Amino acid sequence: MRVALMVTCVNDAMFPETGKAVVRLLRRLGVDVEFPAAQTCCAQPMVNTGYLDEAVPVVRTFVDAFAGYDAVVTPSGSCAGSARHQHGLVARRSGDAGLAAAVAETSPKVYELSEFLVDVLGVVDVGAYFPHTVTYHPTCHSLRMLGVGDRPRQLLENVRGLRLLDLPQAEQCCGFGGTFAVKNADTSVAMGADKARHVRETGAEVLVAGDNSCLMHVGGVLSRQQAGVRVVHLAEILASTEEGASGPPGGASAHPEVELARGEQR
Amino acid sequence: MPAFPTAARSALADTQLRHNLAHATSTIRAKRAAVVGEVEEWEELRLAGAAVKEAALRDLDTHLVRLEESLTARGATVHWARDAAEANEIVARVARDHGADEVVKVKSMATQEIGLNEALAEHGIAAWETDLAELIVQLGDDLPSHILVPAIHRNRAEVREIFLRAMGEVGRPAPADLTDEPAVLAGAAREHLREKFLRAKVAVSGANFAVAETGTLVVVESEGNGRMCLTLPEVLISVVGIEKVVPTFAELDPLLRLLPRSSTGERMNPYTSTWTGVTAGDGPQEVHVVLLDNGRTRALADDVGRQALRCIRCSACLNACPVYERAGGHAYGSVYPGPIGAILNPLMKGTGDPQTDSLPYASSLCGACFEVCPVRIDIPEVLVHLRSKVVDSHRDDTVPKAEAVAMKAAAWSFGDSRRLGWVERASGVAGRVLTRFGRTTLPGGRSAAGRIPGPGAAAWTGARDLPAPPRESFRAWWRRTDGGRADGGRTDGGRS
Repeated sequence: MRVALMVTCVNDAMFPETGKAVVRLLRRLGVDVEFPAAQTCCAQPMVNTGYLDEAVPVVRTFVDAFAGYDAVVTPSGSCAGSARHQHGLVARRSGDAGLAAAVAETSPKVYELSEFLVDVLGVVDVGAYFPHTVTYHPTCHSLRMLGVGDRPRQLLENVRGLRLLDLPQAEQCCGFGGTFAVKNADTSVAMGADKARHVRETGAEVLVAGDNSCLMHVGGVLSRQQAGVRVVHLAEILASTEEGASGPPGGASAHPEVELARGEQR
Repeated sequence: MPAFPTAARSALADTQLRHNLAHATSTIRAKRAAVVGEVEEWEELRLAGAAVKEAALRDLDTHLVRLEESLTARGATVHWARDAAEANEIVARVARDHGADEVVKVKSMATQEIGLNEALAEHGIAAWETDLAELIVQLGDDLPSHILVPAIHRNRAEVREIFLRAMGEVGRPAPADLTDEPAVLAGAAREHLREKFLRAKVAVSGANFAVAETGTLVVVESEGNGRMCLTLPEVLISVVGIEKVVPTFAELDPLLRLLPRSSTGERMNPYTSTWTGVTAGDGPQEVHVVLLDNGRTRALADDVGRQALRCIRCSACLNACPVYERAGGHAYGSVYPGPIGAILNPLMKGTGDPQTDSLPYASSLCGACFEVCPVRIDIPEVLVHLRSKVVDSHRDDTVPKAEAVAMKAAAWSFGDSRRLGWVERASGVAGRVLTRFGRTTLPGGRSAAGRIPGPGAAAWTGARDLPAPPRESFRAWWRRTDGGRADGGRTDGGRS
């Protein structure tokens, strides 16, 4: 089985640790995951803002990059949903039958990480160790567009040392919503503030989800509140072991001067 | 009417409104979930309901002509109204022909949509709302903010105050010792309305459904005020959107089972009134039906958006919507607020008005609306479609919007991974610059950008910290380390 990592544009540019965590995790589970360097983005930012013509070349790049793989795994419910449910719309817009055929070929092979682990690899215990108190936010697209159900919870419940707390009103949107976060910033922040309040009600130290874009939004609100809660992608928790990575997932910084500052704080 | 983001801002700051809405919507959500959970074949029922409405819309012309024939055969007068002005004119004319200076009204979205009360007022005809929540809205000189519960933004203390202040001006005053107990408030409304029911010669209603084969109109309600209006006056005028038609009586079955559970969270609504034209010696002896287009044919012509006409006005999508819950109904600038309003208004009005064009964007596309819709309207799909129509309407602008320029630039960099690599290297540099200025640290230690000026950036960082871009993108790391293999096999080097 040839497996490709679709890292997503947000993870590529902003959260490379999540991509590395997926690589580490899949290799540990015996999957030699490849990274097709031609990949860029799933085109969701364009599609969901209404720029369908602009989405066409992006979808074309997507199907070219992932042609010939048996499975495409991505640490994002939202991008998996975009590939599975929106690429057909973009192909129709292009009027290109070849692109439509390529999309029909590629779309069904795209799996969100928890789907890939549970459905394709058939594992719920990935041998992870994460000694922290965690609460899980089911992101909207993973929940309602993909229907990942309780797969992420099953994976988390099997992580040694992890204490999983129930998030009140878990299924309500956090307010990120892509360009909604900027176009309707006030409403978006109101929703984020309520989500942050529910996270704080749990007393958890870590908020986990399967989408870094949503975590970036809720985490940004929590950070501004000095809430003392950090946000960590599901992949980074599942990749953690006793041997451990250097430093806490969702923590360290690419900037040495901050690394130093953190060292001094400890 | 300001565009949604501006209109929402004032609602977000209204603490009473926020509290009332959060409380009311979460209560109705829980009730709905409980009664829907009782129905094992709910999904089959949804599919059946969607199929009934879809089939009816597919041959709408045929069914409407048949409805007209059936109604006429049963002694009703059928009028066709192309738009709000025509519909209002017809209703006013019928009322004036009977010398009426007042009409009683059953709660009706269609008459709200066309602004009937205001139009009748210009003709010197008072229109009395008899639905409790509509009465609250009318007495408070307010606008409805919800399809099912027009006064959802009001709480009992506010209702008491409105009744005490306004009832006496238009009829029987509220008792001086009025409390804010719901039963006491309902009692005061009942006393106030009773004299209007008994006095009125003309009633105006809408309809939930219109059956083509029999010429039967259906009104579904909870309070019984509708039953009073539909049976007591001599003349009944019903304003019915053309999408309300179903071919046969049997097709009401799934719809009447879906509606109450989705709407009020009841297994069955208390009152379902059906009437078929004129029945000698029983009920109104003169019956008029105004079939209303007012943009519905425009919606019908939209291949993707057409499904919005399946809507049975249950309001489940409003109660499920996290945006509606915070921004409230008035922010949508229409009697159709919430997710359904965000698609129905643009579909019926077309593009070009900034307020209408802002509605498809008034959603985080979370999908909660589609999940609860009893007739399976894929609202997120229609929202995205309508966004593309808004964007397309600006494609020939001489000065493109900043957003369009940004999207074109994004499409350029996402069209080729090499170009994306350059952009990411630039963002890594920008990240290093950003963290030198106004540096903050995210919980866990990653460095972040605090407040950044400029469009977009300010909208994000006004209330949210933003992680600084890492020094090295994932793709750069993969290339440098051969996917971690050249990094001593580690995938945790160069943490960001």
